[in-house]
Amino acid sequence: MGSIDFLMQGLAAASDPMLLLYALIGVTLGTAVGVLPGIGPALTVALLLPVTYRLDPAGSLIMFAGIYYGGMYGGSTTSILLNTPGESASIITALEGNKMARRGRGGPALATAAIGSFVAGLIATLLLAFLAPYVVQLALKMGPRENFALMVLAFVTVSAALGDSALRGLTSLFLGLALACIGIDQLTGQARLSFGVPELLDGVEVTTLAVAMFAIGEALAIAAKGPGPADEVTAVKGSVWMSRSDWARSWKPWLRGTFLGFPIGAMPAGGAEIGTFLSYATEKKLSKHPEEFGNGAIEGVAGPEAANNASAAGTLVPLLTLGLPTSATAAIMLAGFQQFGLQPGPLLFATNPTLVWSLIASLLIANFMLLVLNLPLIGLWVKLLTVPKPWLYAGILLFATLGTIGANPSVFELGMLLAFGVIGYLMRIFGYPIAPIVVGLILGPLAEQQLRRALSISQGDPMTLLQSPIAAVMLTIAALALIVPLVLRLRGRGEVLRQMGGDED
Amino acid sequence: MKRFVLAALLASAVPAIAADYTIIAPANPGGGWDQTARTMQAVLQEEGISDSVQVQNVPGAGGTIGLSQFASQNKGNPNALIVGGYVMVGAILTNHSPVSLADVTPIARLTGEYEAIVVPAASEIETIDQLVEKLKADPGSVSWAGGSAGGTDHIGAGLIAKAAGVDPTKINYIAYSGGGEALAAILGNQVTAGISSLGEFEAQVEAGSLRLLAVSSPERIEGVDAPTLIESGLDVNLQNWRMVAAGPDLTAEQKAAVTADIETLVKSEGWQKQLADKGWTDTYLSGDAFDAQLAEDTAATEAILKDIGLVK
Repeated sequence: MGSIDFLMQGLAAASDPMLLLYALIGVTLGTAVGVLPGIGPALTVALLLPVTYRLDPAGSLIMFAGIYYGGMYGGSTTSILLNTPGESASIITALEGNKMARRGRGGPALATAAIGSFVAGLIATLLLAFLAPYVVQLALKMGPRENFALMVLAFVTVSAALGDSALRGLTSLFLGLALACIGIDQLTGQARLSFGVPELLDGVEVTTLAVAMFAIGEALAIAAKGPGPADEVTAVKGSVWMSRSDWARSWKPWLRGTFLGFPIGAMPAGGAEIGTFLSYATEKKLSKHPEEFGNGAIEGVAGPEAANNASAAGTLVPLLTLGLPTSATAAIMLAGFQQFGLQPGPLLFATNPTLVWSLIASLLIANFMLLVLNLPLIGLWVKLLTVPKPWLYAGILLFATLGTIGANPSVFELGMLLAFGVIGYLMRIFGYPIAPIVVGLILGPLAEQQLRRALSISQGDPMTLLQSPIAAVMLTIAALALIVPLVLRLRGRGEVLRQMGGDED
Repeated sequence: MKRFVLAALLASAVPAIAADYTIIAPANPGGGWDQTARTMQAVLQEEGISDSVQVQNVPGAGGTIGLSQFASQNKGNPNALIVGGYVMVGAILTNHSPVSLADVTPIARLTGEYEAIVVPAASEIETIDQLVEKLKADPGSVSWAGGSAGGTDHIGAGLIAKAAGVDPTKINYIAYSGGGEALAAILGNQVTAGISSLGEFEAQVEAGSLRLLAVSSPERIEGVDAPTLIESGLDVNLQNWRMVAAGPDLTAEQKAAVTADIETLVKSEGWQKQLADKGWTDTYLSGDAFDAQLAEDTAATEAILKDIGLVK
């Protein structure tokens, strides 16, 4: 029996009305818990996994898939509406999505996120179904050297894409890199910059920093403005739905995001959010409206959201073919499989095709349910923005705090949340972009570990970085991306000076 | 809808008041300790040993954050449990944790896994002896991929070097965040050898993409076609175990009651089925025998961490 037959069989089995109901319940529960700021998909799935234990394998898998997709989508909803990303992969979504929401375009932002997630989920799940064994062979070629080169590429493209002032952007990025040094060094097990505080041993949690910078900093900035005249934030301007031009501007980013996110998600080294960074940088580069980036460009929501969902399907590639969980969510999914005595690994597709294909069919159906559930709800979600500001921001503070406590119950963590919130507020006042600091915290440790692993394997020979063709190509692209603009600037020196003058203000 | 959302949030976010047991998993969701805690939760409830069990994740620093929080908040509380294991013993030492397992009431060892030493199928190394020869010739030329620094896998590599008469500080150990991520590096032929729990590698060994050189058990493991380190002339007997402990300062009656509940759990059909599904080995040990084993493991771990140079 071929793959297609298996898939059709799985879809037919999964379209049983009772199973569809389970999928709907799963998606609803997942979305409901996922919308809590600071609670990402991993915690959502861990909290709700026991709900699925009582069902038979088919029902359990489909509900599980629903919870998974629901949790991911719920996270984007709060990122867009409340600027409180629940996981590192939706930070980029918050960047443009929240700006859109504040300009009365929350509806289209949520819609492009939902449809983009659906499109990406659909394509990536099909890629997973048919290409998983080949993709994983490619992914395994990515060793420490290649991964380090990828991080360098991400650094260069992302820092160029974020913010207008290079100096301020880099300052913020380096602050993030400094924060990234805190904690136990993964390669030697020694504590760095922890000053004897046990809570710092594990470093700064990305979600804590992100929620503090985005949500708390924002709330402080709003509060500092005082009561004053009512702000011009309109909840809904124009249609709640996507206009023709929204569609025209969204579909290409969806596809590009999908094809960036899927392979990066499939790489066993983790760091699924890198796909969202690269997608954002790509869209900014290719957009006909680059000036809108930073002020709510729909491409900046569509691409990264698609990349996020595609990389989530991508993480299933090493999980199903190698039994390798590369993200916390994947690790919990592994636990979910094991309750049926199913051991993901190289032999899974051969020994247990029915269950694998019903999982893939479940993912497709849950993905579809998500769209069914969420598109009608968008109208309701954006109403949230009409809540009077003091209430809204009080609510944001409450949920940001609850989310942080829920993920990591500790007084120190709360203190960090507040301290970073104040820093976020100061950075806002002085015009420093806040996204690079979070990006630095995410990419810093990844890049450092990969570099040190590569050097350790080569016993200290730095040439190893160039001896791998994949790494050499990526490093060359990164170098070109740095040098070409410099050369162009040097040719028109006057232009450069004016631009540098512009940077100083 | 709003009310439903609220109800769902309350149901999931707020722990029930009448919890018979609260189990702290001192790690993020998804890891071994989290899975142990959640499996205990499911079986304790299904078997009717406890009406209501909550699991709470307090992640960080090899479990030492969760441990110190647990020890300070649950003095004399017989309803709180914490999951831990061998990795915690090492983390307490490397992190200079002020709270150790002596500050709580260890109840029982639950499960355990032996370490496996593997090489990629394409490797020229065929036996553990050849690997040891290479290690003796140039310790740096053997790169070992395994879990976090100072964890069971790192300790295992250190013990092998020491047993082979190689300076353990010279080993080229590449730490990954877990056995899974290390597995990718081994399969991708990025490193010389891999060391982690047997379960992490088993499927790949069966599929023929990894070659199993040796296991760290005292005797050969049934159904596993590999010699032990001991019969290969390396005196290494290492088990990555998981345990459960209760709060400090319990009365003898309280400790006996908790121990009885855990024994009922371990003997239950539900628990044995879960172990079989997850591929965990039952290494149940409680009472004085466990206390003695714990003390022995702690002393041995401290010695090897000093040898590797992770603890001064």
